[in-house]
Amino acid sequence: MTRSTLALALAGSLGAALAASAAAAGPLPAEKMVGMEKCYGISLAGQNDCAAGPGTTCAGTSTVDYQKNAWKAVPAGTCETMNVDGHKGMLQPM
Amino acid sequence: MNPVSQGAFAAALLDRGDAVPAGLAGRNGAADPLRLAVYRNNVRVGLARALAARFPVTARLVGDAFFRLMADAYVDDRRPASPLLAAYGDDFPDHVAGFPAAAGLAYLADTARLEAAVSRAYHAADAAPLGLADLAGLAGPELGLARLTPHPAAFLIRSAHPVGSIWRTHQKETVTAPDWRPETVLVVRPDLDVGVHLLPAADAGFAAALLDGTPLGSAAEAALAADPDFDFGRALTGLTTLGAFARAVIPGENDDQ
Amino acid sequence: MIETASLPARAGLGFKPQHAAAILGDRPDIGFFEVHAENYMGAGGPPHRMLAALGALYPISLHGVGLSIGGEGPLDAAHLARLRALVERSRPASFSEHLAWSTHDGAFLNDLLPLPYTPATLDRVVHHVDTVQQTLGRPMLIENPSTYLVFSESTIAEVDFLAAIAARTGCGLLLDVNNVMVSAVNHRLDPFLYLDRFPVEHVGEIHLAGYDETVDGAGDRLLIDAHGTPVAADVFALYRHALGRTGPVATLIEWDNAVPDFPTLHAEARRVDAALDAERARRNAALRVGVAA
Repeated sequence: MTRSTLALALAGSLGAALAASAAAAGPLPAEKMVGMEKCYGISLAGQNDCAAGPGTTCAGTSTVDYQKNAWKAVPAGTCETMNVDGHKGMLQPM
Repeated sequence: MNPVSQGAFAAALLDRGDAVPAGLAGRNGAADPLRLAVYRNNVRVGLARALAARFPVTARLVGDAFFRLMADAYVDDRRPASPLLAAYGDDFPDHVAGFPAAAGLAYLADTARLEAAVSRAYHAADAAPLGLADLAGLAGPELGLARLTPHPAAFLIRSAHPVGSIWRTHQKETVTAPDWRPETVLVVRPDLDVGVHLLPAADAGFAAALLDGTPLGSAAEAALAADPDFDFGRALTGLTTLGAFARAVIPGENDDQ
Repeated sequence: MIETASLPARAGLGFKPQHAAAILGDRPDIGFFEVHAENYMGAGGPPHRMLAALGALYPISLHGVGLSIGGEGPLDAAHLARLRALVERSRPASFSEHLAWSTHDGAFLNDLLPLPYTPATLDRVVHHVDTVQQTLGRPMLIENPSTYLVFSESTIAEVDFLAAIAARTGCGLLLDVNNVMVSAVNHRLDPFLYLDRFPVEHVGEIHLAGYDETVDGAGDRLLIDAHGTPVAADVFALYRHALGRTGPVATLIEWDNAVPDFPTLHAEARRVDAALDAERARRNAALRVGVAA
């Protein structure tokens, strides 16, 4: 494709997409307009508020609580659920 | 009188032993190690909690105890560079990637990358996103030369794993297994709400190129070469509608708009 | 620009984003709200908007937790610049920080760490407070800390140290009554005596909070400033005693861990407002007796 053909093609493609969006009555949800999946709209209200207050807001206990054996630890959360037919998501035994 | 420098105090806080610097005192002379441990624990627990607050999906995937191990190891290596804890853990995903006990969870680091992007988008500078009307103004002969400036809250995560689907299912109580496929996720915050969007596979490379500042023409050529069905207009208007860009720059024009 | 606003002599609450709808929607009768400065220092986004909306309805107390006023090193210029921008943006009625340090050698340790009280550390703190006040163009409040250890090198009593800071810099003081109780129990001192020696003429705000209790290795009572429970009865009694000296003054309930629903916080605020009203009534009665006599 030559430069000028490409430029024409791009302009045509953009024009068509813009016309399609203008022809639609009112704004369409993004996923319909562009074939994208709107995953999740979230409002992160409490993002990290607690963590900013040293000691006074996030005081621990008086007992030192170090976890050990980092090498032998096994994840034990929802990762079990992510196992799918031997795909990469599987939890491999160490 | 044994002055205790703040360097010595800080070192004692971060040490995993229970030595108390000489010069710290309790009621009857030498200080009780448990009293220094209050400060030690505040530091450790506070920083680990900051990470857990920023990476809730990562924590849920591996469980609290395992996450705490990863967080503790991270705290050993990295202390916050500023009092803005929202920025603590920008490179925690790299730490997760290199954490030996998590090596079996190949998708974990990319999930953490997505979470880091979501919190960065939340705190990013506010800016009006580029709109479709701005795109219409570009539709001249210079279209292929135009570059788009990423919106300050726009981040792209390209993963060999379904990180967007993993993230989404963890926003709910009940977690289900996703279809296992590569995913590219666009994180945006055009106004107040952070949006996490899965991009069509054919648009992933194009989106990455545009956010890297590649001119529209070169980005489109590469996308068409990879997939003849790539729809330039639909991808560009789609990304724009989601809020991926702040403005368009055509070479030779005044960059300041 | 000099800001001369001050907090009303009412009960205030810490603003938590999970209560934003309850507060911004229902506009409860609360004297003021306090926020941690560092939570609003990002580049933009919802925190900025929430603070602006809150500030349109209530006086704001900006409470810093990261300046490291007691640090050996110089103040962090970048952080000071962020603080200045935040103060200019949010126009708080008050800005306060701690007599403590938290940053060393470029690393933020995320706790309010203690410092020895000596002529040298006093000079350093005075210099830092001067710098902050010059940068912000307004006076600040300095808060007495909770401590779990003391330094054998200390030569100045904490109340005298705080009084000297206020006298030399013109700053005000934030009297944290829970911290008084925590430190007094931890170091076997009399909290009432501490209050009776406190330079109350400089107090611009009082803090109240709940503490945790445990024992140290020697089996001695050890209180921890935990902010996760209602104000303890002994702290509230100490608060009433403090009000007798300070008079009615803006009083914050700090509840930052295991944060309850808003009605629970509001009930704590009412308890404080009642104590403030009682102190006003006591003073008015004393005045009437004085006039009659």
